[in-house]
Amino acid sequence: MSTREAVLAKVRAGIGRVASDPGRRAAIEGRLRSPARHTVPARTASKPPQELVALLRAFLESQTATVIEVASSELVPGAIASYLRANNLPARLRAGHDPLIVDLPWGTAPGLLLERGPAQASDSTGLTRALAGVAETGTLILVSGPENPVTLNFLPETHIVLLAAADIVGPYEDAWVRLRKRFGQALPRTVNMISGPSCTGDIGSSIIRGAHGPRRMCVVIFGEPLRDQSAS
Amino acid sequence: MQPTSASFKSNARAALTDRALQSALADLQAGFVARRAAVKSRLPEFEALREEGRDIRDHALANLDVYLEIYEERASAAGAKVHWAATAEDARRIVLDICREVGARLVTKGKSMISEEIALNAHLEAAGLEVVETDLGEYLLQIRRESPSHIIAPAIHLTMDQIEADFRRRHVHLARERKLADPVRLVDEARQVLREKFIRADVGITGANFLVAETGSSIIVTNEGNGDLTQSLARVHVVIASIDKVVPTLEDAAALLRLLARSATGQEFTAYTTISTGPRRPSDPDGPQAYHVVLLDNGRSELLGTPFREVLRCIRCGACMNHCPVYSAVGGQAYGWVYPGPIGAVLTPLLLGIERAGHLPNASTFCGRCESVCPVKIPLTRLMRHHRETEFEERRQRPLQRLALKAWAFLARHPGLYHVSARFLIVFLSALGRSRGAFRWLPFAGGWTRHRDFPAPQGRTFQQLWAEHQRGVSR
Repeated sequence: MSTREAVLAKVRAGIGRVASDPGRRAAIEGRLRSPARHTVPARTASKPPQELVALLRAFLESQTATVIEVASSELVPGAIASYLRANNLPARLRAGHDPLIVDLPWGTAPGLLLERGPAQASDSTGLTRALAGVAETGTLILVSGPENPVTLNFLPETHIVLLAAADIVGPYEDAWVRLRKRFGQALPRTVNMISGPSCTGDIGSSIIRGAHGPRRMCVVIFGEPLRDQSAS
Repeated sequence: MQPTSASFKSNARAALTDRALQSALADLQAGFVARRAAVKSRLPEFEALREEGRDIRDHALANLDVYLEIYEERASAAGAKVHWAATAEDARRIVLDICREVGARLVTKGKSMISEEIALNAHLEAAGLEVVETDLGEYLLQIRRESPSHIIAPAIHLTMDQIEADFRRRHVHLARERKLADPVRLVDEARQVLREKFIRADVGITGANFLVAETGSSIIVTNEGNGDLTQSLARVHVVIASIDKVVPTLEDAAALLRLLARSATGQEFTAYTTISTGPRRPSDPDGPQAYHVVLLDNGRSELLGTPFREVLRCIRCGACMNHCPVYSAVGGQAYGWVYPGPIGAVLTPLLLGIERAGHLPNASTFCGRCESVCPVKIPLTRLMRHHRETEFEERRQRPLQRLALKAWAFLARHPGLYHVSARFLIVFLSALGRSRGAFRWLPFAGGWTRHRDFPAPQGRTFQQLWAEHQRGVSR
């Protein structure tokens, strides 16, 4: 008997089940096909979109992130350039091949150098686009891939995230809906839920930012929020 | 790590006189307890979520075989290589084989209690590999060759002076005259030293807070981002998880994640929660080329059919130890192994044997704060009592202790006799202690009177006072 079989046999003996029980397996597969929600915090329920934006913003700012709201994506390059300038950071960015990022009017921010590809050790700022923003706890949902290489979220000292206001949802479960809509059951290698810059409480009793990942985070929210959340 | 749970009593005595430890424990407890209370008060649904958390974990455990099979199928479909390990030895061998197969020299690690449980680092190091812990707390312990004192804040007992001295001793390639005497500089130095390891690492090992059957994913929760650099920069990502970690769906994971950070650090959510599924895809420009998952049993399956099954619900938040009066007096290292506090007092005897860890379930006042904060409602005091019963049945206590327990059991079963004896004892002690109001020394109570006075009884038993009170109420 293989180790796998031996472990499973001990598990079955422990829970008092026999191996060949297709009924139980079918019931469980059914549960997986239509995942039921548990209690969802009321803090985001039936909130107008503008309030969800405000909630997301408040949570992110409480974690020292900077949040910038601009009316449309055309204003993003300028907003990024001024953020970098205001923080005395190099006017250089690295991003993946996300079509939205590629098509931004980068010419409106002369002097800003945009490089492509996964993060290099020498990169100072990474730019990625979020699939969704969860207002419940101010959590951004990012997915790995050539559009937004995962290392851009962790390696550079500064992380800038683009988030369409229309992609802001209430609870985590609404983000799962978007994930399933886009990927079905085959998730990308990583789904990163990010709620602020890196921090640690391991030395001394205070929280220190920039333990291993980014020291600072900036979230640029662009466009108008969706009017009807149920449409998401 | 080599367990020292058998010497809990002397470990605890040493801890009680360790000033640095005592001050760190006071800060830790105040901080975690207050932060948890604050974040809980902002989530009115918290208690409902605890009930659901318990039910989700119970459901997953009651169908663990099927969930493990489905998890394995879906993880494999995403390109994961799933390994099964019945024992710690199996798991160590599997991980070492993976490292050897890819010719690894440098291994980075995220925090994993399972890897401590199976003493993975020592095994890999003995085979000539360089193993680097990347969680800041774990890194500090690694360079000091110490065991963790808390499951989520492992180096909480260290002072800044100690850390500075360790860094100067260890990081000899850095300028000797550099300034280090503040936490920000210390964190920066660790960042600089470990960054180079992340980039050079061949294999990155992480634990898993949850495995998700629906998607074949593993989930890790961190604040530092070290687990992410570990898994995304190494050529190979190895996840090591015990079989009880599987949950059915992302919805189930969401409910448990709502409980985890709040119970652990008192945060609304950690900085990073990462759902990982398989190795890098053909079009991905980064991420590991291979993704292995080691599913470890190491005694868990044997608990499923016992009253101890409920301990497998644990999501390793550490709330039980943060709220424990015994933990906050002696710290985690006194418990002598990987899992301290109330959860350790239940789990350690199960994994190491009651003969090697029998002191732990006895080191409890049964005040019950642990289970009142447990996010998945594990009946920790009941399970500790089970251990004590087993000890008694297996005749593990000393003869005098057994005799005392038997006498107590006899009295407790004969209320009439109990009342008479209690009344006699109270009157006697009250007369004897009237002059001072307290005793400096009492026979059979040296464990108490060595540290503090024993207050003299006032002349009537609790039962008498209660009866009088009831009469007063009914009048």
